[in-house]
Amino acid sequence: MTLLAKRALLKLSGGAALAAAAALVGCGKKEEAPAAPAAAPASVAASAAVAKPEPLKVAFAYVGPVGDAGWTFAHDNARKAVQAEFGDRIVTTFVENVPESADAERVMRDLVGQGNKLIFGTTFGYMEPMLKVAADSKDVKFEHATGYKAAENMRTYDSRTYEGAYMAGVIAGRMTKSNVLGVVGSIPIPEVIRNINSFTLGAQSVNPKVRTKVVWVNKWFDPPKEGEGAASLISGGADVLFQNTDSSAVLQKAEEKGKFAFGWDSDMSKFGPKAHLASAVINWTPYYKKAIDDALTGSWATGSQWWGVKEGAIDIVSVSDTVPADAKAQVEKVKAGLKDGSFVIWKGPIVGQDGKEALAKDAVADDKFLGGINFYVKGVDGKIPSGK
Amino acid sequence: MNEFALLLAATLSAGTVLAIAALGLLINERAGIVNLGAEGMMLVAAIAGFATAVHTHNDWLAFAAGAAAGAVMAAAFGLLVIWLNTNQYATGLALSLFGTGFSAFVGIRYTQEKLAERPHFEVPGLADLPFVGPALFRQHPMVYLAVALMLGLAWFLYRSRAGLVLRAVGESPESAHALGYPVRRIRLAAVVAGGALCGVAGAYLSVIYTPLWVEGMTAGKGWIALALTTFATWRPARVLLGAYLFGGVTMLQFHLQGEGVQVASQFLTMLPYLATIVVLVLISRNPAWIRANMPASIGKPFFPGG
Repeated sequence: MTLLAKRALLKLSGGAALAAAAALVGCGKKEEAPAAPAAAPASVAASAAVAKPEPLKVAFAYVGPVGDAGWTFAHDNARKAVQAEFGDRIVTTFVENVPESADAERVMRDLVGQGNKLIFGTTFGYMEPMLKVAADSKDVKFEHATGYKAAENMRTYDSRTYEGAYMAGVIAGRMTKSNVLGVVGSIPIPEVIRNINSFTLGAQSVNPKVRTKVVWVNKWFDPPKEGEGAASLISGGADVLFQNTDSSAVLQKAEEKGKFAFGWDSDMSKFGPKAHLASAVINWTPYYKKAIDDALTGSWATGSQWWGVKEGAIDIVSVSDTVPADAKAQVEKVKAGLKDGSFVIWKGPIVGQDGKEALAKDAVADDKFLGGINFYVKGVDGKIPSGK
Repeated sequence: MNEFALLLAATLSAGTVLAIAALGLLINERAGIVNLGAEGMMLVAAIAGFATAVHTHNDWLAFAAGAAAGAVMAAAFGLLVIWLNTNQYATGLALSLFGTGFSAFVGIRYTQEKLAERPHFEVPGLADLPFVGPALFRQHPMVYLAVALMLGLAWFLYRSRAGLVLRAVGESPESAHALGYPVRRIRLAAVVAGGALCGVAGAYLSVIYTPLWVEGMTAGKGWIALALTTFATWRPARVLLGAYLFGGVTMLQFHLQGEGVQVASQFLTMLPYLATIVVLVLISRNPAWIRANMPASIGKPFFPGG
């Protein structure tokens, strides 16, 4: 007799539990910057006698959690920096863990709906969704990181992360005993392949004997997998590891196995004090400052921006004491050269894996060439898994 | 040769998380209960274990915390499905979704934490043997415990009276009930034990295997563990075999990539799943035999006395 009643009760409580779970998931995903003032009514725009200009609403969409200690963390540090810099002239919001899928478009439409006038999408996979949303929201300015498609109100920006990779390579080339370097790659796209190549070129510049082995995890962020990839490189003989993935897992695996590794995107020295050789970091702050300034002053224009050591966007920091002084000096020399333009990484002769010259002697790669790199340089083992 | 030893070592450590979780799930399934909440339990245990390790600096306390977290979640699941007769599959899915969100929510402040240096373990005397030393005897104790757990569980199920009762409850709860066994309490105990082991697996993942906390870090390991119990036809030794096979092929595919084998890495990523399923299906290719091994009342609710 009570069975049916029990079932009904159960259905209710099951539903409630699900709802609670959903609510929890919801609050884990989204946060708003504190002290966001309520949006002023639309009529304000019409009245000329506004005492104070409305703050510019700026939103950031991140692919990972802000606590990833890597890619997203670096973006969020820059967000905090510009918020502090511009004070009450802007209001920043962010949404983390936005997948590179149909959800990205929904999130961006939502950000537009909330009245944001400048929206940063910080991963390659947002390119198509952003283009769609940009086409429908002409009064909003979009900034897309690491993409190659722009629109009238959508600009692309990127960091020359390969400059950091090259400097890390210089250190790696000096520190390796086995002459085998390992790279844990995320997704085989030109950006990542360029970093692997630049890392190798840097290492070869001080140690022509080095070879680089690569494993791909096909994810940007999957720490156990990144760690497994690192372990397999170590068992394959690599003694200095480098990664183009977003967590500190590779560094931690190197620490555990008594090998060397680098931090990437942000300073990761605390995650592997003994293994850590240096961190190749991205500082997005100068660019975000410029972008917001452009929007505030009305000088924003579409295009593509690619900033590196020269603009203060790329650096190599926290170089370990285990790195010999002359290697450190070598890195400083490279850095100074990149800064004043006297040194160019992608300058011929550069030989591809197939032995053919990819860049003739003294030829300098332009950004188009760099943006489409789809080959390994000589010294990198294996084949790029793109099928091409 | 040395490279092979290291590959073997990595295989053992990669399979351990799956082995412990799957052996836990085997216990509840032998009692007739399917808990699809494994992924959620492992995630909640992973953050519980990681947080405990951060605050106490004691890995064993962290494992205990993980086990407790898994057990509590499993107990809630058990009460719902055993006493209130909710649908096992729906309740398990709800538990999994809840655990995924809940662990992310409570874990926010731990994403930047790091654990103190992880200790190295070596079996004294054996670790220095050529080949077998690096391959087998330089592992975290949990790796050996997984093997011991398998042996203990096999003994328990097939050699002990309590194991016989547990299997009877999974085969025919009505008969067990008629014989005077407290079917519901036995099932609850099995579910809680399974949850505790999933919890240990989750804590091992976040404290030893990848010593950090990030949202969703189990990345489907709970689901793989669930699948393993079925493919292994509920036999402890095969569960262990499947777990190591999975770990082995996972590590091998990275290894092949590092060696520059010309296969799409996406294909290699898929390989562990494929290989595990194929091998486990092959060793149990007699369908009648699978049915004979499958606990007869698995997934079915039981109402004592109507």
